Amino acid sequence: MGMFKGTRLAAVAAVLAGLLGGAATAQAADPLKVGFVYVGPVGDLGWSYQHDVGRKALEAHFGDKIKTAYVEDVAEGADAERVIAQFGQQGYDLVFTTSFGFMNPTLKVAKKFPKTKFEHATGYKTADNLGIYDARFHEGRAVIGTIAGHMTKTNVIGYIGSFPIPEVVRGINAVTLAARKVNPNVQVKVIWVNSWYDPGKEREAAETLIAQGADIITQHTDSPAAVQVAEEKGVWAFGQASDMAKFGPKRLLTSIIDDWSGYYISRVQAVMDGKWKAETTWGGFKAGMVKLGALNPAIPADVQKAAMDVKTGIEGGTLDPFAGPIKDQDGKERVKAGAALTDKDLLSMDWYVEGVQGKLPK
Amino acid sequence: MSIELLDATALLLVAMMRAAVPLALAALGELVTEKSGVLNLGVEGMMLTGAVAAFAATVSTGSMTFGLLAAMLAGMAMALLFGFLTLYLLTNQVATGLALTIFGIGLSAFVGQGFVGQTVEPMAAVSLGALSQIPLIGKLVFGQDPMVYLTLALTGVIWWFFARARAGLVVRAVGESPHAAHAIGYPVRLIRLGAVLFGGACCGLAGAYLSLVYTPMWVEGMTAGRGWIALALVVFATWRPWRALLGAWLFGGITIIQLHVQGMGVDLPSQVLSMLPYLATIVVLVLISRDSTRIRLNAPASIGKVFHPEG
Repeated sequence: MGMFKGTRLAAVAAVLAGLLGGAATAQAADPLKVGFVYVGPVGDLGWSYQHDVGRKALEAHFGDKIKTAYVEDVAEGADAERVIAQFGQQGYDLVFTTSFGFMNPTLKVAKKFPKTKFEHATGYKTADNLGIYDARFHEGRAVIGTIAGHMTKTNVIGYIGSFPIPEVVRGINAVTLAARKVNPNVQVKVIWVNSWYDPGKEREAAETLIAQGADIITQHTDSPAAVQVAEEKGVWAFGQASDMAKFGPKRLLTSIIDDWSGYYISRVQAVMDGKWKAETTWGGFKAGMVKLGALNPAIPADVQKAAMDVKTGIEGGTLDPFAGPIKDQDGKERVKAGAALTDKDLLSMDWYVEGVQGKLPK
Repeated sequence: MSIELLDATALLLVAMMRAAVPLALAALGELVTEKSGVLNLGVEGMMLTGAVAAFAATVSTGSMTFGLLAAMLAGMAMALLFGFLTLYLLTNQVATGLALTIFGIGLSAFVGQGFVGQTVEPMAAVSLGALSQIPLIGKLVFGQDPMVYLTLALTGVIWWFFARARAGLVVRAVGESPHAAHAIGYPVRLIRLGAVLFGGACCGLAGAYLSLVYTPMWVEGMTAGRGWIALALVVFATWRPWRALLGAWLFGGITIIQLHVQGMGVDLPSQVLSMLPYLATIVVLVLISRDSTRIRLNAPASIGKVFHPEG
C-alpha cells in the first residue's frame, strides 16, 4: 500500500465509471448524485468497509432516486484533493470524505464548488457547504472495558494501538476507566504498531501482549488478525469496526460496530428535502452510529447485564464514560467527582488515565 | 538463565522465524531473478496475487496444497506477463515492474471481493511428538510450520545452485554479460524468463504464507509493503541467499523485540522503536557486506538493462 494508493486500478475505474455515469444520467430523470472518498480498500473489513456498507444501504433505501460512486484507497494529501474535486466537477450533490487526513483537501474543494455539499468524517473544520460527522466509539469501548474487567483472570488487558492521536487515546482511556470501575486491579498494556492496517504486525503485537500476560486483547487497528490470534491462543478478544465473530467463534466476546447507514440516509433525505445544513454530528449508541455485536454466550449472565447496563446508561444519558473522579497516570486528579470531561477535552485528549502502563508517545 | 527465560527466548525465536518467512521467500525469488540480470519491482503485486489465489483455492477446494500450488501459479502468471513485456517487447524493467505491482494490487482486490470475511484453518505446525516437547530447542527446531523449513531448504538450494552448480553459473553469466552468453550459444531470454518465473513462484508462495498461515484470511493489501522490504533485502544482502535470510530474520526478530520492549513499558518513543527493524537490518547487512570489490563481483553487472539478441 502506501505509494500507489491513489493510482489503483479500482480507483481509476471508479472515477471513469463516475464520468461515464455522469454523462449518461444527464439526460435521465436526474437522480441525486452522492460520492464517497475512502482512505482504505473497501475490502479491509474495517473502517472503509463499514462506510461502504453505509453507501450500499443508501442505494437499497433510495433505489434509483440516487446514484452513488466511490473512490477507494485514496492517499491523504494532494491526491485526495484531486479525487474530491473530480466529484465537484461532475456535479455531485453530496460528497462524503471519510478520513481525518481529508480535512484540508475537503475544505479547499468545498470552497471551489459551492453547489456541492460536503461532509467530512472525524475532522473539525466546517464551511457553509461542509459539515462534519463522527461517532462516539468510546461509548462502545466503555462497554467492552466493563466486560474485560469482569472476564480477565490475569488482570492484564492488552491493547493494540495504531497511532497516538486523541481518538485512539480516548479509546484506551475509556476501556481502562470502565474496566477498573468493576475491577480496580486491572492494568492496560498498550503496544503501538504505527499503522492502521498491517495484519502481520497486528498479529505480532497480539502475540506479544499474550506472552506478556494479557488474557484479553482489544485493538484500534483495522484487520481481524488480533481476533484470530486470541482464538488460537485461547484468550478473549473484541471485534473492531465490523462484526468479527467469524474470526473468533469461541473467543470473540463482542464487537464494536460502526454503523453509518442511518446517518447517511438521513443526510441524503435532508438534501432531497432541501433541508441540508452544514452541521456537526457526533453520535454514539443513541444515534445508532455505534452498535454492539452479539454477546458471546460464554460471558456470564451477570456480566452481560453489567455490560448492557452501561450501554443503556450511556444511551439514556445517565452514565458518562468520562465522569469524575478521574486520575491520570501520575495519580494527579484530572476530573473531580461530580464533573466530567467535555467534548472539547475528549477531542484533544493526550494523556493516559491511571491504570494504563507505559508512556504515551508524543 | 532460568527455564522460563529460555522458553521465552525460544518462543521469540519461533515468532521471529515465522515473521521472516514471507520476506525471505520473496527476497530469495527476487535474488534469483536479479542474478539473471532482470530487476522485477513487481514483488508486492505478485505477493498479493499469490495471497489471494492461495486463499481462494483453499476455500474453494478445502486443500491447502492446492492453495499453495495456486499461489505459485498465480505468481508465475504475473511473472510471465512481466517477462514477456520486458524480455520480448523490451519494455523498461523499472516501469514494468512498478506497473506489475499496481496491477497486482488491483487484480487481487478484484478477485478477492467474494472472499473478504471468510476463514480457513491455519496450517498446523510440524509435531514430532517428544522431540517437539524438548525445552528451548523443541519448538524451535522440531515444531515450526512446514513453510519455515521450506524457506531454510530453499536458501540452501539457491546457495548451492549459484555456488556449485553448472546451471547456476550459466544464470550468473547471463546476468553478468548477456551478449557474451548469447555469443557462446546460451538462450539468454529463455534463461532470464526461467529466473523471472522462479521469482514469481517464490513471491506467490510468500503471499500464500500470509493468507494461509500467518494471518489466515484475505483482506485487501494484506502484504502491507513486505514486497518492498524484500526487494531492499536483496540489495543489502549483496545478492547472497544466506545473507538475505539473515536479513529477513533480523527484520522479523527486531520487529517482534521492539513490540516486547513496548509492552514492558520501556520509556522510548514507539515511533523510534518502529524504526529499529529497518535501521538495524540495514546497518548489520551493510557492515557485513562492506567490501566494495566483493559487492561489485556479486552484483549482476547487466541488471535492469534491456537485452536484444541481435543488438
